[in-house]
Amino acid sequence: MLEARNLFCERDDRVLFQHLDFTVSAGQVVQIQGSNGSGKTTLLRIICGLNGDYDGELLWQGQNLDRVRSDFLAKVFYLGHAPAINKTLSPLENLRWFCASRGQGDPADIPAALASMGLKGYDDIPCYMLSAGQQRRVSLARLKLTSAKLWILDEPFTALDRKGVSHLETLLSDFVTEGGSLMLTTHHHLQMHCPVDSIDLDAVKQGRAA
Amino acid sequence: MRQSMSLGQAIGATIRRELLLAVRNPGDVINPLIFFVIAVTLFPLGGGVDDEYLSSIAPGVIWVTALLAVMLSMDSLFRADYEDGSLEQLLMSPQPLFFLVLGKVFSHWLVACLPIILLAPVMALMLKLPVAGIGALLVSLCLGTPILTLIGAIGMALTVGLSRSGLLLAVLILPLYVPVLVFGTGVVDAAINNVAYSGLLALLGAMLALAVSLSPLAIVAALRISVN
Repeated sequence: MLEARNLFCERDDRVLFQHLDFTVSAGQVVQIQGSNGSGKTTLLRIICGLNGDYDGELLWQGQNLDRVRSDFLAKVFYLGHAPAINKTLSPLENLRWFCASRGQGDPADIPAALASMGLKGYDDIPCYMLSAGQQRRVSLARLKLTSAKLWILDEPFTALDRKGVSHLETLLSDFVTEGGSLMLTTHHHLQMHCPVDSIDLDAVKQGRAA
Repeated sequence: MRQSMSLGQAIGATIRRELLLAVRNPGDVINPLIFFVIAVTLFPLGGGVDDEYLSSIAPGVIWVTALLAVMLSMDSLFRADYEDGSLEQLLMSPQPLFFLVLGKVFSHWLVACLPIILLAPVMALMLKLPVAGIGALLVSLCLGTPILTLIGAIGMALTVGLSRSGLLLAVLILPLYVPVLVFGTGVVDAAINNVAYSGLLALLGAMLALAVSLSPLAIVAALRISVN
């Protein structure tokens, strides 16, 4: 599905990674590992096209990603550090815009998606009244609505309680078992029902120094 | 067919979201309007009560304060979206960003500029602008403020990543505002002096057409730089 060839990225004259090759295929989980500041978020943002400061090649379904960008964007779902939730809007209004702006998901499914994230009855409450964990849940309810085949999640477990974490792990496992692909960063010990591959950015950097 | 329908829905949803946000955060709309009213009101107080003098400066005063009010309103355009990550989601939308951004700017114009335009005739009467100039003032503002909003959105998109962008924004976009100001006041002056002003309006219209067709491209590019 997604292939990276010879990726190189530096920030402030500090090499984050180089000669980085990997592929993500259908039904595969790839966990990006590395210490703080090792470039995990940068790597995910490069794949999403949000960061253009890199060398190397990204391929989507075998073609140069820049050339098939619109097809890529229709099939990828990205969630960054920030929950992308407007605090003055309610969960329902936030997700309605998400569905319409991406042309994915049926707005009628939003209440069910929120309920499955444990937010039944919170549909119309402004998001600033919700706790950080609840806001994260609103954000993650998008996973129930999107039809993307590749999920790119940056620290999705942040602020979730223990039950929320295991619920999300089940959700992610189910997605991958059904043929989806997942790239994520997390410092939490993943307990998925499927094999997890990993890319260790610290090792990539050390390999270069040696 | 289906694609164009979903694009329409995406633009509609973006406009609806922005209008909803304006209702929830009325300060973003009301502050520029209050600035406009107060700033215009200060001129008769500071400039004396000489009617002839007032009416001669009226077109310029209203245009300049409207321009500054528009600039003041720009800050709310991308700020919240940048901070909460919605901007990244917008940039990752599979829909053409050109139209989504245009929808966003259009709704900003609706909530920030339309009230100013509606209030302008009242302010004009206060400044003793001859009645003959009021129609021209309205038309010139209707054509001019969208240009100001579109240009301002480029500057705002470029500076949204900076914590204090106010002065930089002014330095970036005020030079680009000058032609709009010159032609805008020119239209009103011409109308007062009974000179044909359709040529000036056509120029403003051409500038608007240019701004609508080109500035969304610049805004998207600037947003990509800011998010990078």
